[in-house]
Amino acid sequence: MTNNYTNRPIDQIIAEFKDVKGGLLPALHAIDDEYRAIPQEALVKLSQVLNIPVAQVYGVATFYAKFAVGQRGRNIIRFCESAPCHIAGAAKLIADMEDQLGIKVGETTLDGKFTLEFCQCVGMCQSAPVFTINQQPYYNVLTDEIPEILARF
Amino acid sequence: MDMVTAIIDGCGVEVAKGTTILEAAKTVGIKIPTLCYHPDQFIKANCRVCVVEVEGVQLLQAACATAVNEGMVVKTNTSAVRDARKTILELILAHHPQDCLHCIRNQKCELQTLASEYNIRDIRFDQVDRGLALDLTSPSIHRDPNKCIKCGRCIEVCERVQTVAVYSKYDRGFDVGVAPALNLGLGDVACINCGQCVLACPVGAIYENDQHDQVWDAINDPEKHVVCQMAPAIRVALAEEFGLNSGELQMGKIVAALRQIGFDKVMHTNFTADLTIIEEGNELLQRINNGGKLPMITSCSPGWIKFCEHNFPDFLENLSTCKSPQQMFGALVKTYYAEKSGIDPAKIYSVSFMPCTAKKYECARPEMNSSGYQDVDAVLTTRELARMIRESGIDIVNIAPEEFDAPMGIYTGAAVIFGATGGVMEAALRTVYEVATGDTLNDINFTAVRGMEGIKEATVNLAGTEVKVAVAHTTGNARKLLEAIRAGEKFYHFIEVMACPGGCIGGGGQPIGTINEKRQFRIDAIYEEDLGLPMRKSHENPAITQIYEEFLKTPLGHKSHELLHTHYTKRSLYPFSKEQL
Ligand code: SF4
Ligand code: SF4
Ligand code: SF4
Ligand code: FES
Repeated sequence: MTNNYTNRPIDQIIAEFKDVKGGLLPALHAIDDEYRAIPQEALVKLSQVLNIPVAQVYGVATFYAKFAVGQRGRNIIRFCESAPCHIAGAAKLIADMEDQLGIKVGETTLDGKFTLEFCQCVGMCQSAPVFTINQQPYYNVLTDEIPEILARF
Repeated sequence: MDMVTAIIDGCGVEVAKGTTILEAAKTVGIKIPTLCYHPDQFIKANCRVCVVEVEGVQLLQAACATAVNEGMVVKTNTSAVRDARKTILELILAHHPQDCLHCIRNQKCELQTLASEYNIRDIRFDQVDRGLALDLTSPSIHRDPNKCIKCGRCIEVCERVQTVAVYSKYDRGFDVGVAPALNLGLGDVACINCGQCVLACPVGAIYENDQHDQVWDAINDPEKHVVCQMAPAIRVALAEEFGLNSGELQMGKIVAALRQIGFDKVMHTNFTADLTIIEEGNELLQRINNGGKLPMITSCSPGWIKFCEHNFPDFLENLSTCKSPQQMFGALVKTYYAEKSGIDPAKIYSVSFMPCTAKKYECARPEMNSSGYQDVDAVLTTRELARMIRESGIDIVNIAPEEFDAPMGIYTGAAVIFGATGGVMEAALRTVYEVATGDTLNDINFTAVRGMEGIKEATVNLAGTEVKVAVAHTTGNARKLLEAIRAGEKFYHFIEVMACPGGCIGGGGQPIGTINEKRQFRIDAIYEEDLGLPMRKSHENPAITQIYEEFLKTPLGHKSHELLHTHYTKRSLYPFSKEQL
């Protein structure tokens, strides 16, 4: 199973917004839809194509909470950081996941495959602790099941 | 003009419609504190320290952003106003390092001044350490983002005046910061090192790369022969650092102070400014007569050069190949001067005092070593010079004046006006006219190219050719001019560009508090100095005649090309390497 993103080339996405008045925000959304992040490279390209100083593009992109500026991995692992998961032992599972991936929360693996993040409650508290990989939730996971799950990506 | 009347703190005022409470209060001697306000900029109204009471309005109003209405009653000095201002200052200071004693802006900081005026003794809020990294990537400008109060003044000057647009606010709410794109260092973006953001910043968040300690080290080294040059824009502004009006400090007193500091030879960039005119004037005539690339554009302003390299790479051939006077001086000190005085150039340490932060970058450009050594070893700004004078305990106001060392200290009025926008153009015209026509000019004052107008134009008849010239200061105006030329809307033979508003007198290395009003005072002082000099045309400088006889032989000759001319580099607007992305 892989993620649902097609990862259309950034140039192609941005080109659609050339000459579009007020095209910056829609372009950021379009990039985010494909990449679930705004790669820094995209900011520079947006600046060139839309003829807006790169500093301003950066300012706008960082202003909105929805956009995460910077390269994230191809697959995003998000651990719920709400109380029920916490009580159900999420901290231990997170630490195990960090060990297996060799990164901390907020970081991306060197091969660009995984990024580890926190998220808010995903509404599956009955099966805590919960994490998601891309859109798919995983619950009641035990430490020794982690390698098998990661191997699917 | 429509006028309105109002009452501020019981005083009646009558001001033009649209005048802000802040400006109206000033006319009756009432001072309202400000931080984000800057007299040469748009209203930002984000700091709120200027709040006042307006009768009939419930909330306190920002005086910088509120226009006076007919019949308005304003109170600027109630306890509610004072309390609000104190709270605002405390909130800012809670996010600000309490570092005044070691801060480069100590005693020249708008935040510190207000903290003192409002008697802030303790801060009721928890102190937050933002823990942001210093940006030391640029050879010219350093930043301490922890001291930033997010006023936006640097953003505006860089974006609107210079059209370089290095900075923006990033993130939101509490986490807002001000930084170059992608939080890169100033050395990694298309910053032109002009230092206008340093002058715009109310606090110590942006400052020059202070190298005056390196110069002390050279002076203390008995092996080193330490020489210095000083730009024409220094004298008029240095006065302000010592409580005098612009231009009130005599040149000879600065010379005496530099000798006391310990410089072995004190010389003047004006000498090579005159030399620049000879080389550049001949280059212009050659381009006009031989179908060379026109317009020719001056090349003395390293901020402008870097701007052109990043933004107008298609104009690099239009740039005069002449080095800036600073770099000509540097190349000659370690060749001509070394030869003449029998000193090993390896032992010479060459210091340049400049109104300019971009010249710190310029002297470190890899091609600036035609003498076989780095031609200029250190560039210090007017502010750093003032620091050295203070540190030495010299009473510059009362010191007995002395003369510059010959021959590289002899200069004309044409060199002096290099410091003001239009000055290089005027100096060039004085010489080019006489060289091209063989006539003597009746009136050597080309007033059409003087003054703070953003773009100035003139036409001069040179032996039958109508030569069209233009002068632009700030890179924003240069951009306008070059875009018009690119589009084929304008044609000129010769253009002068200075990166800083007002020219070098308004440079990013000048005293803190450089605003346009001050720039005008300095310009006036520069032309007054020119008027009072016995020689006012570069080609009449006997030391220039001498250096051609003894050393350079002929303008644009072999030696000149080797030492006085240079080449330029195309640079991307997005100088980020792939690895950094
Ligand atoms: S920026 Fe101003 S208030 Fe802040 S430490 Fe420096 S002098 Fe003090
Ligand atoms: S030095 Fe000039 S170009 Fe660089 S950030 Fe400051 S204002 Fe902008
Ligand atoms: S760096 Fe200085 S000028 Fe720029 S926003 Fe911060 S305090 Fe204002
Ligand atoms: S000076 Fe008025 S809001 Fe900052």
